[in-house]
Amino acid sequence: MFFKNFLFHMGRYTMMLGTSFSRPEKYYMYYKETMRQMNDIGIGSLVIVGLIAIFIGAVTAVQFLYQLDGTLVPVYYIGYIIRDSTIIELAPTITCLVLAGKVGSNMAAEIGGMRQKEHIDAMEIMGVNTAAYLIMPKIIAALVVIPLLVAIAAFVSVIGGYLAAVPTGLMSDAEYIQGVRSFFEPFNVVMMFVKALVFAFLLTSISCYQGYYVRGGSIELGQASTNAVVFSDIMILLADYIIAVLLTG
Amino acid sequence: MIRAENIFKSFEDNEVLKGISTEFFPGKTNLIIGRSGAGKTVLLKLLIGLLKPTTGKVFYDKVDFFSLGKKEIRTIRMQVGMLFQASALFDSMTVEENIRFPLDMFTNMTWKEKKDRVNFCLERVSLGKVNDNYPSEISGGMQKRVGIARAIVLNPKYLFCDEPNSGLDPKTSIVIDELIHDITIENNITTVINTHDMNSVMEIGDNVILLYQGQIAWRGNRDDVLHSDNEVLHDFMFASPFLQQLRDSALQK
Repeated sequence: MFFKNFLFHMGRYTMMLGTSFSRPEKYYMYYKETMRQMNDIGIGSLVIVGLIAIFIGAVTAVQFLYQLDGTLVPVYYIGYIIRDSTIIELAPTITCLVLAGKVGSNMAAEIGGMRQKEHIDAMEIMGVNTAAYLIMPKIIAALVVIPLLVAIAAFVSVIGGYLAAVPTGLMSDAEYIQGVRSFFEPFNVVMMFVKALVFAFLLTSISCYQGYYVRGGSIELGQASTNAVVFSDIMILLADYIIAVLLTG
Repeated sequence: MIRAENIFKSFEDNEVLKGISTEFFPGKTNLIIGRSGAGKTVLLKLLIGLLKPTTGKVFYDKVDFFSLGKKEIRTIRMQVGMLFQASALFDSMTVEENIRFPLDMFTNMTWKEKKDRVNFCLERVSLGKVNDNYPSEISGGMQKRVGIARAIVLNPKYLFCDEPNSGLDPKTSIVIDELIHDITIENNITTVINTHDMNSVMEIGDNVILLYQGQIAWRGNRDDVLHSDNEVLHDFMFASPFLQQLRDSALQK
């Protein structure tokens, strides 16, 4: 039963994506919708992403200082650890997990609400390819904006680490800067963007899928919204592992 | 003209439509009536292509709708207007943006041409100065009119209305019925209305089919209703003793 269900959803999800990426009826309308989504996802999530990033950096700094206290590891390594752990893992993963909660649930609720209020039927009858008009702009907007948010999160996180470690006297300004500038591996940034792109695609497409096929009333809409977050989070974590294995192996 | 040919539709074991064959004519208001659960909405959704029949065919003029590819279906749908039971206006758009949406999506009209067309459609449904209002800021009757304006903005050949009077007071219902009827005649549209409002049947029923337990139990027009001896029709149309008395006195006269 589980396997049959899995195959059913995978098949429908793949077909939905196939329909979503078809030629727009009117490029301008899709462009306008994509811009609106970029604003909603990007500007709308900037504060929460910034806040989370600053604390990720701060907590990483404090905890590594605690763990490395009394060891022979040089203190400036803290800067290096914060930089790489944020770039490789924390910025893309934590940011996208948070965005799955904020943006993903919103997308599922928006599309699901449109389904229930017959807005999608109304568009279908007009001749609009609803899967394309409602889903493609969201995915494209997320693929552009989420990597930018992740890059901002990584930068803010390093500043967060600085604020937690330097003004409080846990380490000196020079030591932190030296750490941040040591052992830099540009490929890590590539890995960050690969993760951001994959996670962005997963969280938007899964959330849209949950909303697009919602049936019933408000309880089902709530479930779709929850499923959007849960399945996006699971798939992000699974993809995180696969990317880590593939790109570091 | 739209023609349904031997339509059967089942949902798992539940057979909702059992061999529906009928025609809907241009320039006439074609009504599908029946009690709740008779299969009216399922038939309407099948005619528009939102559902597929288990067996049977739907022809738009001479084109078999369900044999078409996605592109051809979209081309036909651009000739279709639909008024939904709850109007289905987009909440985040103003009245003007709602009506303009099909124009934005499918035409290359200039901004001014679109504006003129929107204003023309709003005037046609007797609405003025609501362009910048959101659907939540206008009454139910006005929402229906906006729904009609949006449905006719692309000059459709076919117009579908799902319970256009639901939730409206009797006076407003008559206004909406007359509006749909007038627009149908003016533009020679094939209009299909799904309703259980007996006023609509008597006012605008040019071609009426009565669904009962998934089959057509009666067909005719508003003039045939009073003189028909079909029991299912009478049970539906004159459900209360008061209406039965009215019918009897009308027949005596």
